[in-house]
Amino acid sequence: MATLNRRVLPGFSLSLGYAVFYLGLLVLLPLAACFLKAASLSAGQFAEAVWNERTRAAYALTFGTSLTAAGANMMLGLLVAWVLARYSFPLKRLFDALVDLPFALPTAVAGLVYSSLYVPSGWLGRYLVPLGIAGAYSRLGIVLVLIFTGFPFVVRTVQPVLEELEPELEEAAATLGANRWQTFRRVLLPPLIPPLLTGFALAFARALGEYGSVVFIAGNKPFHTEIAPVLIVARLEEFAYGEATALAVVLLAMSFILLGAINLLERWSKSRAT
Amino acid sequence: MQHNVKPTRSTSRGDPWPVRWGLTLAALAVLIVLVLVPVVNVFYQALERGLAAYWHNLFGDPNTRHAILLTLMVAPPAVLANLVFGVACAWAVTRFRFPGRAILLTLIDLPFSVSPVVAGLMFVLLFGMQGYFGPWLRAHGLKIIFATPGLILVTAFVTLPFVVRELVPVMEAVGPEEDEAAVSLGANGWQMFWRVTWPNIRWGVLYGVILCNARAMGEFGAVYVVSGHIAGRTDTMPLRVEKLFQEYNTPGAFAVASVLTFLALVTLALKTWLEHRERQEIAEALASTKTKEKQ
Repeated sequence: MATLNRRVLPGFSLSLGYAVFYLGLLVLLPLAACFLKAASLSAGQFAEAVWNERTRAAYALTFGTSLTAAGANMMLGLLVAWVLARYSFPLKRLFDALVDLPFALPTAVAGLVYSSLYVPSGWLGRYLVPLGIAGAYSRLGIVLVLIFTGFPFVVRTVQPVLEELEPELEEAAATLGANRWQTFRRVLLPPLIPPLLTGFALAFARALGEYGSVVFIAGNKPFHTEIAPVLIVARLEEFAYGEATALAVVLLAMSFILLGAINLLERWSKSRAT
Repeated sequence: MQHNVKPTRSTSRGDPWPVRWGLTLAALAVLIVLVLVPVVNVFYQALERGLAAYWHNLFGDPNTRHAILLTLMVAPPAVLANLVFGVACAWAVTRFRFPGRAILLTLIDLPFSVSPVVAGLMFVLLFGMQGYFGPWLRAHGLKIIFATPGLILVTAFVTLPFVVRELVPVMEAVGPEEDEAAVSLGANGWQMFWRVTWPNIRWGVLYGVILCNARAMGEFGAVYVVSGHIAGRTDTMPLRVEKLFQEYNTPGAFAVASVLTFLALVTLALKTWLEHRERQEIAEALASTKTKEKQ
């Protein structure tokens, strides 16, 4: 196919050349600058910048809140995808479209409105704060906005797989004497695991780097509610570019590992599907 | 348009009604608390003090006016650049096989997994005062960081994958046969693209552009790092929201936020409409093949 197309269709060198040039300029050059800057630090400086009490607290918080939010998204996403794929109810189209709103809504708006919803006088805070649930300026607040920003991932990876499932499989399971729970666990759940994990990984990766929504709601207190991206910005505002870059390299390494994991998961889902 | 293209079968598949009702109510509660209440709250808080106050909050403040204008100046060039790149890259990747193709496909996705703050930082390291090109830029009187070009560059970086990612599956599905036919009938590259390729992919392009634009107008983290927060100079709308919030001007912040939310809702409506169109096209195509089979 390659040799044939290369002879028949035009524009191979033009389109590929332009794509590589553009990617090189916009993606590879900045990445190279980042690693070059990090390499200019001595090993000691690098270690000091990325591994001290404040950064450890920030990593733990970023990791913990992202993991919690992605886990919650897996449950909530499965529930919403299940209902959207299998049941019909009034205004279903509207609710289906609403699922994608977190992708379309600027994160700053999400942060702003979430922080004002969960303060003691807010629409939700007035009921939750008396119960001792402080959603604003707390770690819980960070988890809440991260659930919001990552919400569509699991729904949109699981929903198409649920819609594809043959109803005959369930009927067969029922005819063979399985109860509903057994049918769910043995027949419906196994094909959902790859998309659930993919959605989880996507939501997790997104949450690790999220900044816009979190700054509004977190309070950003060092050691307590300061996530890693906020720490990078703090270093930048002190003009400590070297330290900021060292932290950025750590975040980049984490996202590359996740990107690899997501690619593997997607390949696995595809091989399961066919 | 990977999402929702399949016509949904509305079978409840025999789940007993308490399960059906319980799960549906739970799912609706999740969507309402997580998504609907925040959207309603944005408009409520923006309009709480009446339309006149709302209008004043939006257009009475010169810095807010400038932020709206700046967002309209930053997003289009970034989207346009990614549109041209998206079409070129999707063409190369779907119509040809070459060494390094898999690496190219991975690189495309990379901006999605880089934290926006890190993205901003990378451009500061390149073009900032102390950056690698800083001295050269200063010598030539050019300013990229803390100025509009920097905002456009990081916005382009952050939104790079949208159009390509949408187009690759679309072009893959269309297949090269029509393009090849056009060329073998004597069309030159330009004619083939505008008369054959483009009509096949334009709705996919539009879909990608809409998503790309939404993110471009709403980007915060990356833009925050390169903007320098100079009110009336380098504050885009999302940055303006943050600044007003920091200044305890909550009504002002929500007024700007309401415009951004409105844009997000328009984006969703357009996206839903495009998906609906696509579903219908697939249904029509299926129907016409069936009638052909009958004949």
